[in-house]
Amino acid sequence: MAECHPVGFQWVMEAKARGATVFHIDPRYTRTSAMADVHLPIRAGSDIVLLGALINHVLSGGHEFREYVLTYTNAAHLVSEDFRDTEDLDGLFSGFDPDGRTYDPASWAYAHRSDAPPPGEVGGASGAGRGREHAETAEAETYGSGGAAADAAPATDPTLTHPRCVFQVLKRHFARYTPELVERACGIPRAEFARLADTIVACSGRDRTTAWVYSVGWTQHTAGAQFIRAAAILQLLLGNIGRPGGGILALRGHASIQGSTDIPTLFNILPGYLPMPHAGRHEDLDAYLASAGPDTGFWGRKRAYLVSLLKAWWGEHATAGNDFCFGHLPRLTGDHGHYATVLGQIDGTVKGYFVIGENPAVGSSGGRAQRFGLANLDWLVVRDLTLVETATFWKDGPEIATGEMRTEEIGTEVFFLPAASHVEKEGTFTNTQRLLQWREKAVDPPGDCRSDLWFFYHLGKRVKARMTGDEIDRPVRELAWDYPEEGPHAEPSAAAVLREIGGIGPDGRALDSYTELRDDGSTRCGCWIYCGCYAGEVNRPARREPRGGADPWIAPDWGWAWPANRRILYNRASADPDGRPWSPAKALVWWDAAAGRWTGRDVPDCEPDKPPGHRPPSGARAEQALSGTDPFIMQADGKGWLYAPFGLADGPLPTHYEPHESPVANPLYGVQANPARVVYPRPDSPYNPPRSPRFPYVLTTYRLTEHHTAGGMSRPLPYLAELQPELFCEVSPELAAERGLVNGGWATIVTSRTAIEARVLVTERMRPLRIEGRTVHQVGLPYHWGWGGDGLVTGDVANDLLPLALDPNVYIQESKAATCDIIPGRRPAGPALRELVRRYREDGDG
Amino acid sequence: MVRAFVGSCPGMSRRDQPPGGGGRPDGRPGGRIRRWPVLRQLLGEDPRAEAARSARTDALRPRTADADHVARSVCPYCAVGCGQLVYVRDGRVTQIEGDPDSPISRGRLCPKGAASRQLVTRPTRRTRVLYRRPYGTEWETLDLETAMDMIADRVVATRRQTWQETDAEGRVLRRTLGIASLGGATLDNEENYLMKKLYTALGAIQIENQARI
Ligand code: SF4
Repeated sequence: MAECHPVGFQWVMEAKARGATVFHIDPRYTRTSAMADVHLPIRAGSDIVLLGALINHVLSGGHEFREYVLTYTNAAHLVSEDFRDTEDLDGLFSGFDPDGRTYDPASWAYAHRSDAPPPGEVGGASGAGRGREHAETAEAETYGSGGAAADAAPATDPTLTHPRCVFQVLKRHFARYTPELVERACGIPRAEFARLADTIVACSGRDRTTAWVYSVGWTQHTAGAQFIRAAAILQLLLGNIGRPGGGILALRGHASIQGSTDIPTLFNILPGYLPMPHAGRHEDLDAYLASAGPDTGFWGRKRAYLVSLLKAWWGEHATAGNDFCFGHLPRLTGDHGHYATVLGQIDGTVKGYFVIGENPAVGSSGGRAQRFGLANLDWLVVRDLTLVETATFWKDGPEIATGEMRTEEIGTEVFFLPAASHVEKEGTFTNTQRLLQWREKAVDPPGDCRSDLWFFYHLGKRVKARMTGDEIDRPVRELAWDYPEEGPHAEPSAAAVLREIGGIGPDGRALDSYTELRDDGSTRCGCWIYCGCYAGEVNRPARREPRGGADPWIAPDWGWAWPANRRILYNRASADPDGRPWSPAKALVWWDAAAGRWTGRDVPDCEPDKPPGHRPPSGARAEQALSGTDPFIMQADGKGWLYAPFGLADGPLPTHYEPHESPVANPLYGVQANPARVVYPRPDSPYNPPRSPRFPYVLTTYRLTEHHTAGGMSRPLPYLAELQPELFCEVSPELAAERGLVNGGWATIVTSRTAIEARVLVTERMRPLRIEGRTVHQVGLPYHWGWGGDGLVTGDVANDLLPLALDPNVYIQESKAATCDIIPGRRPAGPALRELVRRYREDGDG
Repeated sequence: MVRAFVGSCPGMSRRDQPPGGGGRPDGRPGGRIRRWPVLRQLLGEDPRAEAARSARTDALRPRTADADHVARSVCPYCAVGCGQLVYVRDGRVTQIEGDPDSPISRGRLCPKGAASRQLVTRPTRRTRVLYRRPYGTEWETLDLETAMDMIADRVVATRRQTWQETDAEGRVLRRTLGIASLGGATLDNEENYLMKKLYTALGAIQIENQARI
C-alpha cells in the first residue's frame, strides 16, 4: 500500500499512531513492510490457506461475534442434503462436470423450509426447483451485483448446532486449515501465525474492528474471487463488515477503475452491475428480469433500474409497448473477456479494435498473444497521452526483433489519436472508496488532443449519420445522442452527461435518489447506483467543502459517494439488532426511537423509517421483504453470506488450490488447481507443467511507487524515468548463490511463453520459504517497462512471461503466481530467443 | 553532503556571488564576503534556513503566486484520488500541487501525482494524429477530421460485415464480434458512459478495461 497507494497509506500510519497493529502479508518486503509492525512473507498464491486457518482459529476457539453472526449472516441456514464438500470429494464440490469443467450448483442450495411455499414461487428464483437453470447461469457473467437469487424461506437452526447449518458446514470445511498447514503451505511460521490470529481476534468485537486491505495480489489468481470470499467470511464471523474501521478494502490501481466498473466498459454488465442479456435465456424483458438477480432486497427493483437505463439510451423510442427497446441490446454467449477477445483477433473474428488509455502489448499477460492479435487486425485505433507500444508494435515490437513478424507483412491499419490530459477536460473520477470527484478544466488541450468524451460523441454522430433504414441499424438510429456542445471544438457537455447518469424524473428535473426510479418509463437514469449525484440540480461530485465539511471523519461534503452519498456500505450492521451502536467507540448510525427514524453520522444504509423490530409479511418483494435487522440489503435475504448457495463458478466456499503453475503439490487435496479455472490450451497459449523441474521457481509481479502499470503515463516523464530507470528482478541471496546471479548484473527469466532479461537485485527483501519440507524461491518482477513507445527508459516486458490462466468468476488472469527459471546473463536476441524458449518447452514437457 | 552540493551548484546565478559593500549585522568584520551563502554554508551554519538566504532567494516568488487561475482537479494515476490544484498562467499549466482541502490527501501527492505536470507540459508530448496504412513502414500525418471520418467508415463497414442476427439455433444475438474495445479505467465516468452506450447500440460486446486485468 505504501508503494502503490502512498498517500492513502497515511491513514494506516494515523491508525498505527493511535495504537493499531499493522500486519503486512506479501511475498516481498516493501515500504509497507518497513512501516508495519509485522511483515509476513507468504508464498504467492497460498492466501486461502492463511485465511482459512484464521477462519478455523475463530470457529474452533469460539471467537466469532455470536450476536452479529446469528442475526446478520446466513450461519443458521441449513444446506441441502445433496451438498458434498471438498473434504468429502478430495477437492471437488458436488455438481462438477469434468467434461465442461463447470459446476451445477443445484446441490449447494439451502434446504427449503417444509412449511413454506415451494421454492421457485417465493422470491421468483430459488434453489432446488431450478437446478437446471442454475447450472447454466453458474456462468458467472450472467450475474449482476445482486448476485444470485436465493431461497427466501430456508430452514434455519438458531442454535447453530445442526450438522447441515452453514456454521457447522464451515467448521468442517476449514478444520484441516491449521497453523501447521500454514507453515507448510505458506511458509509462515506457527508463532507468527499465532500473533496474527490472536491480534485479529483481540481487535474485533463490540469495541474494536479489524480491516483487511487488498489489491491485485489477491485478485490476480485462478481462485481470486475466492480469496476475497475467504476474507469476507472471516470479517463476517468477527463482525467487521458495515462498521467503522472494518471492511475488506480494495485498493484499485487506476484513477477511475472503480468508475469503469460501475459504469462498465466491461463485457458482462450494464451500468449499475445489471447483467448483460444472454442469448436464449433473455429473449425479452420479463425473461431477463426473471433471472437477472433476486426479486427480494433492493435488487428486487431491477425492473425500474433497467427500464430507466433503457429510457436514458433510447429516449422516446423506448415504450412499454416495445419492451422499452430491450431487444436493442446485444446478447452474450459466454466468455467475451479480454483474453478471449485477443484469441479472437488471432483467429480473425475480431477485425477492429479500439484501445483507449491502455497498453495491452505491455500491460496484459502473455504479451506475445496480444501482439499477434494486434498484427492480425484490419484496423486499430489507439487513443493515449503518449505513443504507447500498442500503437507501435508493427514497427519495433519484440516479434520484429525475433523475425517472427515483418513490418511490411502486417496489414493492420493504425490510427493514433492524441488524448486530452486530466486537466484539459472536465468530468468525474470514482476513486477506490466509491467517491466521485469532479475535475475542473484548467486549459484547452493542445493540437489534435481531444477528450475521449469528444471522440466517442463525435464518432457516434458520424456513425449515426451513416445509418440506413435497415432493421440492424435501428438501435443506433434511435439512440438518444444529443448533448449540448461547448467551445471551439464542439466539446459535449460532461455535466449534461453526468446529469443523465444521475437520473431525470418525469418533470425533467434531476432525481434525488434511486428509490425514485420507476419501471413505467417515466424516469431516465444512466446508472442507478449513481442516481442522485445531480440531486437538486447540483453537481454533487464537484462539492469541495474544506476537509469535507463539519464532520471531517466522514467528510460528507467532499465529492459524492455512491449510493446516496453513503460512506460505509451496509452500515446498518454498525448497530445491534435493536438499532443501538455496538459500542460508543464504534457508533456510526442508529435507530432514533423518538423520531422513528435511522440517524447518525453517515447516511444510514437501510430504509430510514423501517424500525429494527419490523418483520416482513410473507410474499413481500424488493426491500419490503427485508426485516428491520437485515443489513445486507442488496442480497436476496438481507444476510451476509458465509456460504454462497449460488453465484460462484467454483464452489460455495473458498478452497485452497495451487496456482495453475506451481512448484508444489496441493497439500490438501488430490485436485491440484482450481478445477473450474479458465485456460486456453492452444499452441499460442503455452503453460509450464505443474511441479516442473524445468521451471522450479515462483514468479510474481508487482508495481513500484514511481511508475504506473504498463508505464504509458510514467516512462515518458523525465522525473519518474529518472527515479526508476531500469527493469530489475528481486532475488534472495540464497537464490543468487544457487544460480550464480550477481547483484547489478543481468539475469534471464524464462517461462514457456518467452524469456526476458533484467538487472539483478540481490536482496534479503525476498526470503526463501520452507514449503512442504523444501526451499521454495520466489522471483519478483515489476512490470512497468516496455521496449519503446515514448518511454525515456526501456526494458523487457515482464508480462510477456505470464500464462493465460483465469479466475472462472471474473476472468482475471493469474499474474501474481506462476513458475519460471532464472539464469545468469542476458537473454539471446533475434531468433535465438525463440530457440531458447523452445528448448525449455521441450524439456518441460518431457 | 548538502553543503557541498549547494556550494557547487552549477545553477547559481551571478547575483549569488559575494556582494560588494555592507557589514555584518553583528558588527564584526567580514562583511559581504561573510554573507555569501556558499561561505556561510561551508562554515557550518544551518544550510536549510538563514544560511541559504540571499538577495536572490528573497526575490523569488512561487510559480503559484502568479497564476491567473487555479483549477481543482484530481490526480490521474491511482485510485486514492488525491486532490490537485492546477495553476494556470497565460493559458499554460505552470504548476500542479496537492490540495490541502482534500480530506483524502490533505495536500499530499506521491511521486507520480507530483510529476503529473510533466504529463501535461512536457515538450515531447504528442499532439498530432498519426496514421499507419496497411503494410506501411512509417507513420504518416492525418487531419483529425479525416481520421474521424475514416474511423466512422470502418466501424460501419466492419459492423455490417460481421453482424450476427441469430445463432445456429435461431437464438437472437443482434451483435458483432468484429469490433472490440479495451480501456476505461483511466477515463472519466462520463466517457465510459458514452462508450458503453454507443458500443451497446452498435452491438459490440467485447468491451473491456483494466478492471478485468
Ligand atoms: S498522488 Fe499518488 S497516491 Fe495520490 S492519487 Fe496520485 S498516484 Fe495515487
